[in-house]
Amino acid sequence: ISLLPLQYDLSASTFSPDGRVFQVEYAMKAVENSSTAIGIRCKDGVVFGVEKLVLSKLYEEGSNKRIFNIDRHVGMAVAGLLADARSLSEVSREEASNFRSNYGHDIPLKHLADRVAMYVHAYTLYSAVRPFGCSFILGSYDEDDGPQLYMVDPSGISHGYWGCAIGKAKQAAKTEIEKLQMKEMTCRELVKEVAKIIYIVHDEVKDKAFELELSWVGEVTKGRHELVPKDIKEEAEKYAKVSNCPSDENLDKVCPSSCYICP
Amino acid sequence: MDSHHSYSQVKGVSTGVSSLFIVSYVSSKTINKLIQVHDRIFCCIAGSLADAQAVTKMAKFQLSFHSIQMESPPLVKAAASIMRELCYNNKEELQAGFITAGWDRKKGPQIYVVSLGGMLLSQPYTIGGSGSTYIYGYVDAKFKPDMSLEEATQFSTNALALAMGRDNVSGGVVHLVVITEAEVKHVVVPGNKLPKFHDE
Repeated sequence: ISLLPLQYDLSASTFSPDGRVFQVEYAMKAVENSSTAIGIRCKDGVVFGVEKLVLSKLYEEGSNKRIFNIDRHVGMAVAGLLADARSLSEVSREEASNFRSNYGHDIPLKHLADRVAMYVHAYTLYSAVRPFGCSFILGSYDEDDGPQLYMVDPSGISHGYWGCAIGKAKQAAKTEIEKLQMKEMTCRELVKEVAKIIYIVHDEVKDKAFELELSWVGEVTKGRHELVPKDIKEEAEKYAKVSNCPSDENLDKVCPSSCYICP
Repeated sequence: MDSHHSYSQVKGVSTGVSSLFIVSYVSSKTINKLIQVHDRIFCCIAGSLADAQAVTKMAKFQLSFHSIQMESPPLVKAAASIMRELCYNNKEELQAGFITAGWDRKKGPQIYVVSLGGMLLSQPYTIGGSGSTYIYGYVDAKFKPDMSLEEATQFSTNALALAMGRDNVSGGVVHLVVITEAEVKHVVVPGNKLPKFHDE
């Protein structure tokens, strides 16, 4: 096994002696450097949560959104190079639109995920281009097929999930997600849990300010993918903050002044 | 044989939950104008039969590919949309109209009219062809939603018999296709076995 990439990592069209394509692995590293995004599928819908790091106080609030609408019934949450993700969201939109134009109905999410994954995979075959440096989670809700959740990574693989996480804190997020009984929860309950998980995995020391982006699609939105309404989002954030509050009267833990939860 | 003009045809009648009928008749026993484009989806063709055959052949291929990609039987709406795209994008060259009807898991029995220029319209029942002009009154008066299998068969056969009786370029044999979730039945009724009315 070659531990050093040597000259096998210069292009996506080269295998290493131990059968790895290093460029694709490096693309996945780019995703791991980005902040976390999670998607969870419940009984009657799908909820996305993104920890959007705010690098400057001068940024307008709500700029550089990381959750996109692909079609009325499909949403996409991304992690990794945002410009690459935007380009892929355009590709997904075209796929969904062409499908509707040809076949007269909404694109099934599995098919959309397969098509976009195939596109992402194509960029891992040639030396003239580089792989996409982003992973994304697709979610949709349909009366007949119910809620669906798929994740695509830079290698072009897509899997269906009940809950998944991408980005720097994906391991911690996955641990929290596994604790949930999502198959029995409704979207309204899940929104609060998703907000809580994002607050849990956010690293206050390394990354300071962040904006929480929340979106959902399900029976509660009549099958349309939308950002969670302001009042429900505020309630979810409050729940998340209270759950993560380090102060505890019983254990005589005082509210630390350096805590970011209560301003 | 002259196959350029649409013969009188009475088309699909939806009986509601479990089944659907498509009926047509021709002046020659050798022509069956009900083309199967998928397991539970049929197209009635009208107009230039050469154009109609070319379109249904292409649609059958595209639908088969689509169904394999989707890993499930296609929706009737998808089949009709494929026909519509072909008719609309090639409207200058083509002269063919269709009635696409069938059964799918999502919405059950459905009927879609794809006209000459590429219009797509969903209907509970529909008629087409030269002889159809004589039976608009009959079908509008006699159609009831949620008919049973037997009632719908009788309705279609009556309508066809009446049209065949009045239209001089329609006649011969009736092809009936009954599509349900379980199976597809193709029945042929010769002209002399049709119900008799007072139009002689």
